[in-house]
Amino acid sequence: MDREIQELYKKSYELRIHAVKMVYHAKTGHAAPSLSMADLISALYFKILRVDPSEPRWKDRDRFVLSKGHACPIYYAALAKRGFFPEEDLMQYRALNSKLQGHPDMRKCPGVDMTTGSLGNGASASLGMALIGQKEKKDYYVYAICGDGELQEGIVWESALYAGNAHADHLIWFVDYNGLQSGGSVREIQNLEDLEEKFKSFGWDVQTIDGHNMEEILAAVETAKERKGTPSVILAKTTKGKGVSYMENQYLWHMKAPNEEQYTQAMKELSKEVERYA
Amino acid sequence: MGKALRDVYGESLLKYAKENKKVVALDADLANCSKTCMMGKELPERMFDVGIAENHMIAMGAGFASCGMIPFVNTFATLAASMCALSAKALIGYSGLNVRIMGANNGLSGGYDGATHHALDDMSVMRGIPGMLVMSPSDGVMTDWMVRTLAEDYEGPAYVGIPRNGYENLYEEGEDFEIGKAKQLTDGKDAAVFAYGLSVFRAKKAAEQLAAEGIHISVYDMFTLKPFDREAVLRAARETGAIVTVEEHSIVGGLGTAVLETLAEGGEQVSVRRLGIQDCYTHSGAYEDLVTEFGIGIASIADAVKELL
Amino acid sequence: MGLSEERIEKLEGLCRQFRKDVLTILHEVQTGHAGGSLSECEILTLLYLECANISKENQNQEDRDRIVLSKGHGAPMLYRCLAEKGFFPKEELHTLRQPGSRLQGHPCSAKTPGVELSTGPLGIGLSASVGMACANRLRGNDAYVYTVLGDGELNEGTVWEAAMSAAKFRCDHLIAIVDWNKVQLDGKAEEIMPMDCMEERWQAFGWNVWRCNGHSIPELYEAVQEAKNKKNGKPCVILADTVKGKGVSFMEGTNVYHGKAISDEEYAEAMKELGV
Repeated sequence: MDREIQELYKKSYELRIHAVKMVYHAKTGHAAPSLSMADLISALYFKILRVDPSEPRWKDRDRFVLSKGHACPIYYAALAKRGFFPEEDLMQYRALNSKLQGHPDMRKCPGVDMTTGSLGNGASASLGMALIGQKEKKDYYVYAICGDGELQEGIVWESALYAGNAHADHLIWFVDYNGLQSGGSVREIQNLEDLEEKFKSFGWDVQTIDGHNMEEILAAVETAKERKGTPSVILAKTTKGKGVSYMENQYLWHMKAPNEEQYTQAMKELSKEVERYA
Repeated sequence: MGKALRDVYGESLLKYAKENKKVVALDADLANCSKTCMMGKELPERMFDVGIAENHMIAMGAGFASCGMIPFVNTFATLAASMCALSAKALIGYSGLNVRIMGANNGLSGGYDGATHHALDDMSVMRGIPGMLVMSPSDGVMTDWMVRTLAEDYEGPAYVGIPRNGYENLYEEGEDFEIGKAKQLTDGKDAAVFAYGLSVFRAKKAAEQLAAEGIHISVYDMFTLKPFDREAVLRAARETGAIVTVEEHSIVGGLGTAVLETLAEGGEQVSVRRLGIQDCYTHSGAYEDLVTEFGIGIASIADAVKELL
Repeated sequence: MGLSEERIEKLEGLCRQFRKDVLTILHEVQTGHAGGSLSECEILTLLYLECANISKENQNQEDRDRIVLSKGHGAPMLYRCLAEKGFFPKEELHTLRQPGSRLQGHPCSAKTPGVELSTGPLGIGLSASVGMACANRLRGNDAYVYTVLGDGELNEGTVWEAAMSAAKFRCDHLIAIVDWNKVQLDGKAEEIMPMDCMEERWQAFGWNVWRCNGHSIPELYEAVQEAKNKKNGKPCVILADTVKGKGVSFMEGTNVYHGKAISDEEYAEAMKELGV
């Protein structure tokens, strides 16, 4: 395996460790939705995004919006590891008066480009950022990660319609397609299929990938950048709770903190993966 | 902590839905939080989970009501007051439809989820809709009564903000409640405290503490914010001359505002303190910590009373 | 079975009459939406006077068909159809938008006999229709719900929430008709918010799709009949190509008459063209 790819996998498991630690420590929070997007966020923050931790508000930076704002533990972990703030601060997640709110707050947390938490809104905000870049002839890209359940929100399709018509080709969305939402399976609650066709009918370029395969993630972003004249969406098939056996594909772990025993097991499993990629 | 009011709600909804076939429940992927999951399990044919699509859900509820059904539509109170507000106003209120909008996690009960998930404007938004019955229960007995009332014979649109948590019950089983009539829990002539939701329990605790210090206050449970019991407010003003309002809500547009409107129009000049979220954003934290920090805990209520005297 | 020549002629004659009546009233009260009323004329006329089981007599019966005008600003033509069905006297049409009138600027179910749902804010009529269709099924009614949407209205995300939901709940007794006149308040749809791939989009959301000339009574009728006979568990949408302001040359295809008052000269010219 390519050394760089291996390093990215290692990072994604390190981020998972942080995320589970944060939720365990806070005794509340969204662990499983964090774990499914660990590889995406690792690829973004350690390979794809053009950002500068010493200047979080740099005008020409790439933007990132975590539209599924509840999955912020892994996001905060990536920001800390990338140097936006000290890793020790991660244990402030959800604590009173912390910069690491239960949902990301751009006025409190360095590196957060958009406040999110109400599902669907982040997608529209990412479009606004992309349109301004387009208008001002900037070359930055705007990335967003949406949850699959989130696509049930009509506002996502309002922004999809506009983005397609505006040929917003510097806008790249990931869908963290883990197939589960807070109440159960997406297929049963409100099926999204045929999702590829849906996005195509709104004028988007669509790619479907394995969201836990680093090569596929990086290649999909390259392809998305090559496409001119259309926004891109990457449907990343993922596993909710990925990396912690008892959380995998269990929707009840959408928002739940592990107990001590579960925590120990999670650390064991995740550390083993980190070692595997060391 | 006593039984969580959301659990009481889930059980009551199921119970009364079994009694009245017209009752249906709609949810937007929060059934495990709102507790409509209980109904979904036993009466799946009358449970409609639309996924994460709040605005659609509430308008769909209007469709049910226009066909003679009694839909309980469920989402977070903060979303009910924002994403659902258009349909609540222009469709449900305007047409007087029997839709019951049930706001889960009202007030600060979203706790750790942070400012985006705290509902501090739901009462103000819903109070502004003509014809909307606006309520919030303070304990389990009252929660059950509200669900029964709305599932059985109440005609017209209604909004209920339901606290996620719960303390021990304030009322005996079978207690009589009347829409638009406040419940007086304690009797004292030094000051009156008006509250709704879980703040009522805290106000009652404050009254007990104050009584030990020789200060006697009347505590009123204003569980219906609309129609509003103006008579209770004016009477308390005349009897005590000092009023404190407590709400897990912005001081803009909620209970405090309603009390001030009543006093001003009723010509009663008394000292008033409004405890609530002081027109600012909140943040993540444990529920009880937030209650204390934002000045609506037991100590804050007692202090406010003493400051007025 | 298609409609008889005679019946088609009769309905077409009514459409001519309704256009003239609506413009007369809008001219008289100097307010109201002309363009959208003219484009939806054949759709509403066909639904009310041919397809839907709705009458003054069954208006309180659970098993009646229901028509929802989701594009509520098209109220004038809706009121004209309701008057024709006898829900209120035709003379009352002259009170449109006036103080004390039962005929509000946008339809209000609490005020106007025959109006199934209050509409006006765009995007919520289809959601309510899904609720109606589900309620009908719960009660074992075989009734249909017909919902008329504007094309601009499809910009609203709620419509797509409802579209997904109707597919989930297998509302095959829900028939949506899009009055696809390609002009919205601010201008042509292609300038404001183009709606390409409409057929593919509805299909991707799990609907049966038909496309037809929305000013042709026989074509619309055939599409509605096919939709009713489809019964494959999917909701049905008919994309009806229409012309905004249809029937009055200077109103056709422009946003100018979306909600503008009609002058005396324009009125005279319009009446001449409609030549009733």
